[in-house]
Amino acid sequence: MNIVVCLKQVPGTTKVKIDPQTNTLIRQGIENIVNPFDTYALEEGVRIRERCGGKVTAISMGPPQAEEVLREAIALGADEAILLSDSDFAGADTLATSYTLARAIDRLERSDIIICGRQTIDGDTGQVGPELAEMLRIPFVAYVSKIEEIDNGSMRLQRMVEEGHEVIETSLPAVITVVKEINIPRLPSLRGLAKSKSAMIPVWTAQALGVEKKMVGLSGSATRVIKVFFPQRFRQGEILQGELESQVESLVNKLRDAKIT
Amino acid sequence: MERKVILEYFLSEQQKMIKSLARRIAEEKILPVRAELDESEEFPWTIMNDLADSDMFRVFIPEEYDGLGGGCLELCLVIEELSRVCAGIAISYAASALGSVTLLEYGSEEQKRKYLPDIASGKKLTAFALTEATAGSDASAIKTTANRENGGYVINGTKQFITNGGEAEIYTVVALTAKERGARGASIFLVEKGASGFSFGKKEKKMGIRASSTRELIFRNCLVPEENMIGREGMGFIMTMKLLDRSRPGVGAQAVGLAQGALEAAVDYARQRIQFGHPIISFQAVQHMLANMAIEVEAARSLVYAVARTVDSRARNFTEESAMAKVFASDVAMRVTTDAVQIFGGAGYMRDYPIEKMMRDAKIIQIYEGTNQVLRDAIAFELRKRKAMRE
Repeated sequence: MNIVVCLKQVPGTTKVKIDPQTNTLIRQGIENIVNPFDTYALEEGVRIRERCGGKVTAISMGPPQAEEVLREAIALGADEAILLSDSDFAGADTLATSYTLARAIDRLERSDIIICGRQTIDGDTGQVGPELAEMLRIPFVAYVSKIEEIDNGSMRLQRMVEEGHEVIETSLPAVITVVKEINIPRLPSLRGLAKSKSAMIPVWTAQALGVEKKMVGLSGSATRVIKVFFPQRFRQGEILQGELESQVESLVNKLRDAKIT
Repeated sequence: MERKVILEYFLSEQQKMIKSLARRIAEEKILPVRAELDESEEFPWTIMNDLADSDMFRVFIPEEYDGLGGGCLELCLVIEELSRVCAGIAISYAASALGSVTLLEYGSEEQKRKYLPDIASGKKLTAFALTEATAGSDASAIKTTANRENGGYVINGTKQFITNGGEAEIYTVVALTAKERGARGASIFLVEKGASGFSFGKKEKKMGIRASSTRELIFRNCLVPEENMIGREGMGFIMTMKLLDRSRPGVGAQAVGLAQGALEAAVDYARQRIQFGHPIISFQAVQHMLANMAIEVEAARSLVYAVARTVDSRARNFTEESAMAKVFASDVAMRVTTDAVQIFGGAGYMRDYPIEKMMRDAKIIQIYEGTNQVLRDAIAFELRKRKAMRE
């Protein structure tokens, strides 16, 4: 079973500041981590390998320092890792990202399962998984919370929907995105850490992937971020005066007017 | 509170990696369950599996048996970090190392090949069984016998207070093969859980380290094959004394970790507890207590590391040094945890805070693996012996 896990390096905080000039995240002084949802994807990939054999390849697209998340992936059980890094990839939206990932996956030997986290904590779109499946022209299942059965040609999954769970059977290869309910990720092992320190992590550039410049990075993106801002919040308090009964009555009226009752 | 290294202990990259991963396991996996396990007295199997998955049981096993080739210092680093969060869970790990020492030091190549890989992977826990109802500090008073019969040895007797009892798969058991020869008549056997005639007695209800299992081992005509004897017949006590010399720095490390955890908790609490309009850490009475705690913890750590390195240097005799590390560190842990409860005041006496548990956990460290009294005897004996030899 060849398993591919896509990981992204993200700022390790939810209190990111945005540069008002460039509309990009200010990354200085913020520790980078593996996107938390991707850690569940990796854990599930490693568990499938432990159950069925095969190998887990971790892929990340990002600047050179994104190599750190791939080293961590190896410490956590990935067999191999590939970094997609090129200045041409910079500024990619989800479309250009999934295109680049798809072309990289094309270059691997047949992949049976491709696993992504449900979304990242920085972009929060949840689009790369489904777009990737579309680019690869294979089935896609989102919000997977359990892999019930898996064999050479197919797998049966549970996925979370608002009212409960759906059980879905799909042929392989397929792309899935996973939710945090699917497992409890393990901590690294000492052997894994030793291996991750010395592991060779190849860097694939646009040229290595054989992709056209206009399809990747900012030029391959269908969307542009024009402005990023925090919504302003207004809060206004009011203290009701007078007799208790009139206060209650006035409160009830206010709630009615606000259509809360 | 992130502790910046204030003393240079010259740890290698590998040792630093072991220490920091052990800390991560302690904080992410043990911290959320320690109070619950202390209350329920439930054996921490989930944590043992986490430790196994992270290769922590490989740390003290040579590479040729699927280990990582570390020694006493590496083991101490893991025990220290686990004990900083829960000494009770740490001892279940440490006891498995103790149960392996005889095998590592005196086992035959065949015995090592058979047992060590499963110990290294964490698939099997081990336990060491010496103590009996009549034999505590006076270890040579054991009554369990192993009589030669039918190409094997038949073991009879009851072992008491055995850490990991009932949970471990592999037991190294000290028994008398020649009662009349006294201290020269003991041997050590490997007995596997499930062996016919081997059962478990009562599980003890303890004051502290309650997540660990402490149980009786009962042998009733338990036949073990000849190849399960470790080392030579009659060498049981000598091997036992040597193995305890090796394991005592680990007990010292448990004390250091526990004391470090108590110190950190006390500093945190003293900073936020307001009395007379000020955080209590601004009062000199509290400051001096904290300062003394910090001095003692660091001194204990230095001694434990130094002795662990001595053990790893393959020095021949370190009975005295190893006893010093255990005695000093455990006395420090008792004082530091007691003072930490004092700093917490009434809150510290309540089970809502982790500090009373630390004080309960500390007491046993002054008692097991040689009481601090019997170990002081051993240190004094060495002092007298050396002086006498010079004369």
